[in-house]
Amino acid sequence: GSSPLVVLLNYIQLKISPFFSPRQGAAAVVSARTYADFTTQATFEIKKCDIHKLDEAPATQVVMTRDEGLKYYRVMQTIRRMELKADQLYKQKIIRGFCHLYDGQEACAVGIEAGINLTDHLITAYRAHGYTYTRGGTVKEIMAELTGRRGGIAKGKGGSMHMYTKNFYGGNGIVGAQVPLGAGVALACQYQGNNELSVSLYGDGAANQGQIFETYNMAALWKLPAIFICENNRYGMGTSVERSAASTDYYKRGDYIPGLRVDGMDVLCVREATKFAADHCRSGKGPMLMELQTYRYHGHSMSDPGVSYRTREEIQEVRGKSDPISLLKDRMLSNNMASVEELKEIDVSVRKEIEDAAQFATTDPEPPLEELCNHIFYNDADLEVRGTNPWTTLKSVS
Amino acid sequence: MAASVRCFLRSGKMMVRDALNQAMDEELERDERVFLLGEEVAQYDGAYKVSRGLWKKYGDKRIIDTPITEMGFTGIAVGAAMAGLRPICEFMTFNFSMQAIDQVINSAAKTCYMSAGRQSVPIVFRGPNGASAGVAAQHSQCFAAWYAHCPGLKVVSPWSAEDAKGLLKSAIRDDNPVVFLENELMYGVPFEMSEESQSKDFTIPIGKAKVERQGTHVTVVTHSRYVSHCLDAAAVLAKEGIECEVINLRTIRPLDVETIEASVMKTSHLVTVEGGWPQFGVGAEICAMVMEGPAFNFLDAPATRVTGVDIPMPYAKILEDNSLPQIKDIIASIKKTLNV
Repeated sequence: GSSPLVVLLNYIQLKISPFFSPRQGAAAVVSARTYADFTTQATFEIKKCDIHKLDEAPATQVVMTRDEGLKYYRVMQTIRRMELKADQLYKQKIIRGFCHLYDGQEACAVGIEAGINLTDHLITAYRAHGYTYTRGGTVKEIMAELTGRRGGIAKGKGGSMHMYTKNFYGGNGIVGAQVPLGAGVALACQYQGNNELSVSLYGDGAANQGQIFETYNMAALWKLPAIFICENNRYGMGTSVERSAASTDYYKRGDYIPGLRVDGMDVLCVREATKFAADHCRSGKGPMLMELQTYRYHGHSMSDPGVSYRTREEIQEVRGKSDPISLLKDRMLSNNMASVEELKEIDVSVRKEIEDAAQFATTDPEPPLEELCNHIFYNDADLEVRGTNPWTTLKSVS
Repeated sequence: MAASVRCFLRSGKMMVRDALNQAMDEELERDERVFLLGEEVAQYDGAYKVSRGLWKKYGDKRIIDTPITEMGFTGIAVGAAMAGLRPICEFMTFNFSMQAIDQVINSAAKTCYMSAGRQSVPIVFRGPNGASAGVAAQHSQCFAAWYAHCPGLKVVSPWSAEDAKGLLKSAIRDDNPVVFLENELMYGVPFEMSEESQSKDFTIPIGKAKVERQGTHVTVVTHSRYVSHCLDAAAVLAKEGIECEVINLRTIRPLDVETIEASVMKTSHLVTVEGGWPQFGVGAEICAMVMEGPAFNFLDAPATRVTGVDIPMPYAKILEDNSLPQIKDIIASIKKTLNV
C-alpha cells in the first residue's frame, strides 16, 4: 500500500509545471511531516576547478540546502530512470533509430540548470533527453517523442535528437553545429539587452570541430554572453580523447577565452562553476568555457555496447566511486539532510512517473497521416506538397 | 530617404544594387529586430556596395562585419533567428555558402518541421549567385538547383530592380528561411521603377512568376540575368514573326508551375533558359513538372532546356562567353523547338 507521503508526493508531482519552481516538491512535503530533526543546510567542500586565463576559481566551500538537495536528487533520479526506461523500450524495438543515453552525466544537466535561470537559453547536441527535461519538458512528452507518437514533444516529427522547449534549441544531430547556433542565441541576448545568457554544450568529440573555433573567435571578439561547455565523457563514439585530440585540455582550447575544468560528476561543482561563468558573462566580460569531466554508462548510442573501446572494469569503477546520484545521496545522508526512507520514497515516486510516462508513450497513437506535411513553414499559407507520385497531392498547414 | 532619392538616375531609373539597398534600409527602419551580417557589409559598404550607407545610418549593432568564417557566422545568424531576431546573412558570393551549407539546410531549413512548428527561423541568406565575369570556376557556380531541392527553404531569384526591392522586402518579412539569389552582373543595371514600388510597404509575393512579355508561339521560362537575354532574343524573333511569351520565374522554390502551364497550354511549346548546369537543374525540374501536369498534352514538341555548358567555368573570355547561354543560343533553341 502507499503511505500518505507517497500519495501526497504523487499528487504534488501531478501538479508540477516548471519543475524548479520553489512551490513544488520538498516545500509541500515539509507540511505533511515535521522534518525539524533534519539539517536545513550544510556547507560542503568541493573539488577546486582548474583555471585557464582566470585569476580566481569558483568557491570550494559551498552551501546546499535540504530543499536544493532533494530537488537535485529527484531530477537526477528522474533523468536516470527515464534513460534506463528508454534503453528497455529500445531493446523491445518500441523506440527506433538513434537513441543516445545520458545516464552517468546527470550532474551536468542538473548542475548547469541550478547555476542559470529558465529565462536563460541552452542548446546541446544529440544526447539531449536530460536537458529537454531540465529545460521544462515532461517525461511523458519526451518518452512519447522517442516512441514517435502524437503526444511527443515534437509531435513525433523529431525523435530523440530533435526535441525543443522554451529557451531550449534542441537536440541537434550534426556534431558541432549547435555551437555557432548557441552563440547566435547569445548575440540575440546581447542585442536585446535582456541580461540573459546562452549555454552551448558539446562533447569531447565535437571539441575539435572548426566551426567551434570560428565561434570562439566571434564570441570573444563581440563579447557575447555565451558559456561554452564541453561535456568530456572521455569518448567520442568509440574514439578516446587521447586518440582524437592533440590537446585534451578542453578547457584551454578556447585560448583567449577563460576556462574552467570541473568535476562533472559532482552536481555542486557543476553548479558553482556555472554560477561563476554566468556572473562573468552577465557582467559583460564576454564568453567563458567550461569542461565538465563526466562519464556515460551506456555506449555512444543504443547500437554501441560500449565495451569494445573501454573495459567493463572502467565502467564499474566509475559507477562505484563517482556516480553522481550516489555522491549526492551520501552527502545528504551523512549530513543528516534527509533520511533513507525519504529518498526511497522519491525513488518510488520517480519510478511511478516513469512507468506512467512509458505507458502513455506506448499507447498514445502515432501521428495522423494527414499531418505528414505540416509545419514545413511557420506562419505561412497552406501549401500543396507533392506526394510520392504525381497523382498524390498532400496538404501542408503551418 | 535622401540616399535612395540620389539613387534615381536622371532617367528616373534605379539600379538593382540601389533597389536592394533601399529594401534593406526600409526593413531595418521598420523592424528593429532586422540586422545585416556578413563580410565587409559594414565599413567597406559591401563588397559590391549593396549595403552602402547602412552602417553609417544604423551602426555596429545592426550592420555587423564578420571574420571570414562562413560556417561560424552563418550558424550564429541562424541561432539569432531562432532566438527572435530577423537576420540578413550575406554571403559575399553563394560559392562561399558551401562552407556553411549545413547550417542553411540542417539548422535553418529543417528546424520548423523537426520541431513540429515550435521553432521558427526567420532568416534571409542573400548574395550574388552564378557567373560573374572572368572569376573562373570556383567563383561562378549557380546554386539555384541545390537550394531549391530542399523542403523548408524558399528560394528567390530576382531579375529587375523592382523584383529585387519587392522580393527582398518579402523575404525579410517572411518568418521562414529564404535563400535570395542575386546576380553580380545585374547590380549595375538600371530599370524603370513603378509608382507603387516607391511605397515603403511595397512587396512582391514570393512564389509568383511574372509574364514579362506576352506571346503566342512559345513559352520561354527563365530567371535572373537570363530574363534580359530572353527578352532580347524575343525582340529579334519578333521581327521574324515569332512571338515569345517570356516568363520571369522570380521564385525558384516554390515554382509557379500554374503560370507556366497556363502559358504552355496557349503556346504549345516550352523552352527553359538558365545559367546553371543542365543536369538535375531548374530547367530539368520545370520539364518534369510540366510533363506531370495538364500542359503536357498541349505540347507540340518536347521541351528544350538552354543551360550553361556542363563544365567548370573557364577563365579566358572566349571560353567563358561560350560556357553560358548567349542570345544566339536562345534564338537557335527556340527556332529548333518550333521546327523553323
